[in-house]
Amino acid sequence: MSRTQKNSLLFLIMLAMVAGVGIVQSWNVALTIFNLCLISAIMSLGVNIQWGYAGLFNAGVMGFAALGGLAAIIISSSPVAATWEAGGMRAILGLLAGLFAIIIGIFTWKKTVTLEKKRYWPTMVVAVVGYALMRLIIDPAISTIEAIEPAKTGYLGGFNQPILLSWLVGGIFAAAAAWVVGKIALGLRSDYLAIATLGISEIIIYFLKNEDWLTRGVKNVTGLPRPVPYEIALQQTAWLQSWTDNFGLSIIETSSILVKLSYAGLFATVLVIILWLSETALRSPWGRMMRAIRDNEVAASAMGKNVTWRHLQVFVLGSAVIGMAGAMLTTLDGQFTPSSYQPLRFTFLIWVMVIVGGSGNNFGAVLGGFVIWFFWIEAEPIGLQLMDLITSGMDESSPLRAHLLENAAHMRLMTMGLILLLVLRFAPRGLIPEKKR
Amino acid sequence: MTDILNTLALISNFIIVPGLAYGSQLALGALGITMVYGILRFSNFAHGETMSFGAMATILITWALQAQGVSFGVLPTALLALPFGILITIALCLFTDRLVYRYYRSQRAEPVTYLIVSVGVMFFLGGLIRFIIGPNDQIFSDGTRFIMKVRAFKEMTGLSEGLAIKTSQGVTIITAIVIVTLLFWFLNRTRTGKSMRAYSDNEDLALLSGINPERVVIIAWIITGTLAAVAGTLYGLDKSYKPFIFLQLLLPMFASAIVGGVGNPLGAIAGGFVIAFSALIVTFAYKKVLAYLLPLSMAPEGLMQLLSTDYKFAVSFLILVIVLLVKPTGIFSGKTL
Repeated sequence: MSRTQKNSLLFLIMLAMVAGVGIVQSWNVALTIFNLCLISAIMSLGVNIQWGYAGLFNAGVMGFAALGGLAAIIISSSPVAATWEAGGMRAILGLLAGLFAIIIGIFTWKKTVTLEKKRYWPTMVVAVVGYALMRLIIDPAISTIEAIEPAKTGYLGGFNQPILLSWLVGGIFAAAAAWVVGKIALGLRSDYLAIATLGISEIIIYFLKNEDWLTRGVKNVTGLPRPVPYEIALQQTAWLQSWTDNFGLSIIETSSILVKLSYAGLFATVLVIILWLSETALRSPWGRMMRAIRDNEVAASAMGKNVTWRHLQVFVLGSAVIGMAGAMLTTLDGQFTPSSYQPLRFTFLIWVMVIVGGSGNNFGAVLGGFVIWFFWIEAEPIGLQLMDLITSGMDESSPLRAHLLENAAHMRLMTMGLILLLVLRFAPRGLIPEKKR
Repeated sequence: MTDILNTLALISNFIIVPGLAYGSQLALGALGITMVYGILRFSNFAHGETMSFGAMATILITWALQAQGVSFGVLPTALLALPFGILITIALCLFTDRLVYRYYRSQRAEPVTYLIVSVGVMFFLGGLIRFIIGPNDQIFSDGTRFIMKVRAFKEMTGLSEGLAIKTSQGVTIITAIVIVTLLFWFLNRTRTGKSMRAYSDNEDLALLSGINPERVVIIAWIITGTLAAVAGTLYGLDKSYKPFIFLQLLLPMFASAIVGGVGNPLGAIAGGFVIAFSALIVTFAYKKVLAYLLPLSMAPEGLMQLLSTDYKFAVSFLILVIVLLVKPTGIFSGKTL
């Protein structure tokens, strides 16, 4: 069996498993899983660009995905006129002051090289003064904005643009953040880079959780507009009514399936575009250069390649893809909930996808996204049934049995750990290994 | 004069006592991370879950002891259960090493491979812990709750500010001192400890002088397991045990280890306290302090807080990032285990 045949078979098995869920559980569940599989696949493509192409360990996936979510609310939610009048301009001015302080700070840092060790002091003075200035400007604005109808709004709102635009903007947000993070952290060794990016992503989440004037914080922004029609609207259309009557289907279920299918269509389109671009990039001289840098930095830089710049470039590109996926996820949820961003789900799970799928291979990353998300969701019912089977010999009222059944849901963490450890040990190159070129 | 004493009481109550307790917990955790880094040379992402496992084992044995009617007087029963918890955690560490990490040692894997492997271990342990004890809050401290109560302190000193010291805080600080003293005695005075320092310092030279690497690794895991179980139990006693909190603790612990200079035990301890105190100092509301120290007319209106309390954890990450930027080798650079 050739490689292509084997890989297509793997994808077919995966699709068959999703279809199996459709038959055994319901098509609604299957499509929900499938949509998140698509988004996960895009996220793991982003991580694969950083890790597989260039060997950069980014443990800040969660932060970039959340920034994509932020883009979704800033682009699509409606502006809140009252808060804009009360303090919008002042808040923007405060942010500009902060940005200005940072620029002056960097300028001071660069211009004081001659001071050597004492170099920290002037920069620190600029930073402290700049921070105080920003707080002085922005604090009153924040408290007035957050005081206006906090139960309903209490934030600035967005620009009321179509949410599809936010997918692009989410990518840009994440790319901008990645540029700053990359400038700071890319000089570090691999494991320090992981820890630093993990820390930065936590800082991003803390920011989104606590700056209520921008994101409503833990009060969440709900009811974001959709790029696809609502189920209720579909149910009232004549064509769907006659269609379901003809085939004898339930109109409520059919409309919900149609909505999910249209999401799937949108996500699949994005996935195919990104996959095609990544594959083209990987095959191009640029991809060859990235692999050369990954495999031997010293040799590549001796050949005149600017390693630092290329690392920054690939870091920004990968993060942009993650940011897009983050915006898509918020679009699918229809709401932005900062407290739902957990490193286990948004950083480490994506990493499991890339490693299991096959780092360095885009198709592998996509397959990994599908397989791991599928098991992440299905481990719960499977685990429950397994436990039920194991404990079926026990007494109905046995406390051990009750405990085991109650906690069977946590099997999924164990399953993920086990899959990752087994793949690392016995197939370290993943399900679809990187091609030797 | 009373104003100054009141200020001191206020600062002791909200910064010094909690800082010492939290700092000790972080320091013990960071020591475990440093130990793995110094001997096995990788960043162990599973350390938080190892601590959680140790705390869980201790809790289960505490419950068993309590069911038998055993108690430790004014001190929490968990201290009696702790030795068993430590043994179980050591067994877990050795088991994981044998089953997982040893293979990668024989392959001479890259540090980043180990890191990914430890993420796998983290997932597995996290699931195992939630499977055994469930995802919810567990409170297992008993005995007297306070060494010093606010009311008693006020009556004793006649000050208007109170000072409370929880038993768990006292126990944390004393246990940490005992454990750290033992660790340093072991590393600096015993033959095995010296061989470990040699191994950490220069692997090849240590191998040449006949040090058995597998033995060094086993002892490193024994120390790591002990530290993890103690740190996890102390944190659980102080703040109640929640399985998910240990992933959040992982970063402050890494921050402590790196701030002090990873691989250096003294640095890990200093780093723990730097992180704990800076988080408290930056998020403390200085309104009352200023009200005591300044004349009445200059008393501030706002809370006088540098950062809102919500950012407590974020401060440690910020320090981590700054240290990585400015001095990636940490405060005590150039010294290893």
